[in-house]
Amino acid sequence: MMYENMEMRQVLAEVLSELMDKDERIVVIDADLARANGTAGLREKYPGRAFDVGIAEQNMAALAAGMAAYGLVPFIGTFTPFATRRICDQITISIVYAKRNVKIIGTDPGISAELNGGTHMSMEDIGVIRSIPGIVIFEPVDAIQLAKALPAILEYDGPIYIRMFRKATPAVFKDDYRFDLFKADMIKEGKDVTLFASGIMVNEALKADELLKAEGIDAEIINIHTIKPIDREAVAASARKTGAVVTCENHNIIGGLKSAVAELLAEEYPVPIKAVGVRDHFGEVAKMEYLKKKYHMTAEDIVKAAKEAIAMKK
Amino acid sequence: MHENEVVFLKDKSKHIRRLIVDEIGKLGVGHIGGCLSAVEALVVLYYKQMNIDPSNPHMEGRDRFVMSKGHAGPAVYAVLADKGYFDVCELDTLNKPETNLPSHCDMLRTIGIDMTAGSLGQGISCAVGMAKASQLKKDNANIYCMVGDGESQEGEVWEAAMCAAQFKLNNLIAFTDYNKLQLDGEVHEIMDVAPLDKKWEAFGWNVINVDDGHDVDKIDQAVEKAKKSLDKPTMIILNTIKGKGVSFVEAAGVKNHSMPITDEQRLQALKELE
Repeated sequence: MMYENMEMRQVLAEVLSELMDKDERIVVIDADLARANGTAGLREKYPGRAFDVGIAEQNMAALAAGMAAYGLVPFIGTFTPFATRRICDQITISIVYAKRNVKIIGTDPGISAELNGGTHMSMEDIGVIRSIPGIVIFEPVDAIQLAKALPAILEYDGPIYIRMFRKATPAVFKDDYRFDLFKADMIKEGKDVTLFASGIMVNEALKADELLKAEGIDAEIINIHTIKPIDREAVAASARKTGAVVTCENHNIIGGLKSAVAELLAEEYPVPIKAVGVRDHFGEVAKMEYLKKKYHMTAEDIVKAAKEAIAMKK
Repeated sequence: MHENEVVFLKDKSKHIRRLIVDEIGKLGVGHIGGCLSAVEALVVLYYKQMNIDPSNPHMEGRDRFVMSKGHAGPAVYAVLADKGYFDVCELDTLNKPETNLPSHCDMLRTIGIDMTAGSLGQGISCAVGMAKASQLKKDNANIYCMVGDGESQEGEVWEAAMCAAQFKLNNLIAFTDYNKLQLDGEVHEIMDVAPLDKKWEAFGWNVINVDDGHDVDKIDQAVEKAKKSLDKPTMIILNTIKGKGVSFVEAAGVKNHSMPITDEQRLQALKELE
């Protein structure tokens, strides 16, 4: 497979196409962002099954629920803010309350919206969706994980929100990677502190690990690709082992991964937790590397947080 | 329609009204106004037009109905019970703890309900999705939907309207229950939706005005005409009366959206409907 060299959106389109060949239930619906999200090419190959509803996300979500009531499996796509906060009620009632099997794809999460700026930077999408009972939230790290996840997402009979970066990103996983939608991935075992990371922040956590190693700190790195339902067992076990936690996320630290981890550990095994992520403010236009620095979301910030968490153990 | 069919549907409408008054009346409060205004359309659909089988509620290729104004659930429940989807006695459980008959339509709870609805504006989109799915599956089903006039103030209704016309969903037949009243007052005073016919026409729909939305024969003729539409979805605008058929509910006017009903009133209403 060549997925590791492809953009995430190319992988999305390629794997969806393979799945559509095998499974006639799949339909792919976009709201005037098919060309941005890579799914426009499916229309030629699957006339009628891949289509646009125009810039009308509310209708897209509820229309998909109606198609799901008919036994089809719609994948709907737009940018993350429009896939979540804009259609929160349609997702809540027509899709999740009615238990309709709709997969919601949001691209450009958080700071990855880059030059689209503050209006398009969803810092709150996980928080918005996470409080809806019964929906799954998945955020892929790289192309290989996304490629392995899509068949599992199809197989799962229920609504899933897929929060995905859409361009090329450094590979974290290899071809032999075994994916489980509901199990967190142990990327590297360690004993001093656990870095729970999701999406684009996994690479920052890996870089942080190199820096921590140089200082004699042995970090454990776990990828939480499914933020809801979070893998309680893996999170609690790692906290028990290391006794200190840093969460690394491309989202407001209110309502996202930090909240999910903190809520869980407060009940299961309280340990010091430090959060690296967007600290409760809106976004702005700039490239990701700039925003990572400005918002304190770099490997160095993770190192600092890790040391603080370790210090709090004493 | 033959005269005997008209008589049957008229009698049936009266009977459904009795069931509605009884189920809401026994509970003591409910959305009675908008349930009573929808009766004739439901009766024409479920007793004449729709290809359905109450003994096989999930039948492939069946016609479907989406009550987009989901608060009219009790009217649909009365019809479904009378059709035999579930026991008529179950109507007495309306809105009681653990009931299968909640205020607003819930496809997971009620046998025969094709789509969950209640948050206004969404049901019509769901119906558009069903009509599109039916065309993909080529199962020749008709998808029916009822929207409220107040509900038509929701922007999503018009997103769905554009979409259904764009997709040429001639298997989608919708009704507007144009009873001119909404919770806060008269529709034209709160936020006017008129002219509804011109609006739907402008959105690319085949539009049929029914001047008396309680005339089963006229409703049936409108549906027959809608089924012949070649490439457009149809909107049948039913000019109705909120609370139709029960004098004290009709008289309550704008207050009948959701109103308390005493046992005395329930019995009086049942008498009126004999």
